[in-house]
Amino acid sequence: MIDATTILRIRPGFRLQWEDAQQAHILLYPEGMVKLNPSAAAILLRCDGLRSIDDIVVELKTEFPDVSDLANDVYEFLAVAIEKGWVDSER
Amino acid sequence: MNGDNAANDQQVAIPRWLLAELTYRCPQQCPYCSNPTDYVNQLDSELSTDEWKRVLTEARQLGAVQLGFSGGEPCVRQDLEQLVAYGRQLGYYTNLITSGMGLSEQRIIALKARGLDHIQISFEASSEQLNNRLGGCDSFQHKIAMARAVKANGYPMVLNIVLHRHNIDDIEAILHFAKSLEADFVELANTQYYGWAFTNRDNLIPSQRQLANAEAVTDRFRAQHAGKMKVYFVVPDYYEDRPKRCANGWGTTFIAVTPSGEVLPCQNAKVIPGFDIPHVSQHSLEWIWRESMLFNHYRGTDWMQEPCRSCDEKWQDLGGCRCQAFLLTGDASATDPVCAKSTRRSTVIRLVDEEGPQTPLVFRNSQNSRALIKNGREFK
Repeated sequence: MIDATTILRIRPGFRLQWEDAQQAHILLYPEGMVKLNPSAAAILLRCDGLRSIDDIVVELKTEFPDVSDLANDVYEFLAVAIEKGWVDSER
Repeated sequence: MNGDNAANDQQVAIPRWLLAELTYRCPQQCPYCSNPTDYVNQLDSELSTDEWKRVLTEARQLGAVQLGFSGGEPCVRQDLEQLVAYGRQLGYYTNLITSGMGLSEQRIIALKARGLDHIQISFEASSEQLNNRLGGCDSFQHKIAMARAVKANGYPMVLNIVLHRHNIDDIEAILHFAKSLEADFVELANTQYYGWAFTNRDNLIPSQRQLANAEAVTDRFRAQHAGKMKVYFVVPDYYEDRPKRCANGWGTTFIAVTPSGEVLPCQNAKVIPGFDIPHVSQHSLEWIWRESMLFNHYRGTDWMQEPCRSCDEKWQDLGGCRCQAFLLTGDASATDPVCAKSTRRSTVIRLVDEEGPQTPLVFRNSQNSRALIKNGREFK
């Protein structure tokens, strides 16, 4: 399914944006939305069709050096995000 | 703001959704339309482009982020492109909910350029003959062309088919039809009984057998085509034994604005008598959302009667749909009679048990709207 080299992007037609009113990033899609917690947002903001999952993990480790098992969290979250259809791979 | 009001104030959620019903004009005549049966009275009083822009701005300031352009047929409005561009600039996710009539490939391209996020096209059936008969016009081939153009222009493709007694047995053909159009999402939305659908309910509601069959076929299709196309199947409320939250909770999420500028907690709420319906020309949306009697009356659980009042599920469904309670019992504060705990559940069961058409379908058009008003059968 996914590995360190997989490059993901927000699914076309979906949109990730900061909402002042909710003080959160939200993912918008046809007739629906989901409010993201800060770690989910940090990951999804980097699913830009350019970075590999490994790139994302390395970046997040630099930004959040105190989080243990960060790579595992990223993979687990992205598996859910793929299943829900929030992100996909262009290949 | 002080005292009790201030405490109340803390609990008022921010709206997330604005439904802009741009017009009640529509080339189609679907007998299950959710618009009010007396819509003909509102045809000449549509908000102007500038008035809509003000509504969009105010709702966005309140926190709304999903914007649905609906109707009637929103494509009838020639300023649709302007309003889409304006809504998108404000940061809305913009949804166009259309029959496909009034769309053209050029318009789809123009809407895309202005930032429209998503187009939902409705079909009445998967066969040309039934589609055109139910919609009351020769729309089928045009809808197919528009669905293909939506896909070709890189939108997520959402097909909506309203289900009822006359098309629900074609569910397999409908699903394969959606697949042939490469739909990303398919909404198989059983008719809910408001507006014209309420007038026609005896002749629309599917039987238990029809519904069970449709669900089984849908489940089988999902299993065979997992991941390709997302299929939503919405069961009619009448077949549930617990009610649904009214617009995700009255005054918690949703603002609907009618073509003439009335502001409602859901698009059907005008059927409930006894309220001054707030209007965008008289009040700000903020005042309407926070202060108006209409939006406050059924917020939370204080208004409830038994069996809701002492029910341990009252925060889950908030007593169900107020419009449905009123339409079926005459009392908008009653428990939604869809609920098995309602003593009036039998009024729903009676409807569900009736099989086979009793009366001809009343199509949604101006002539029938005038007739319903004249005969006093309208539910506003």
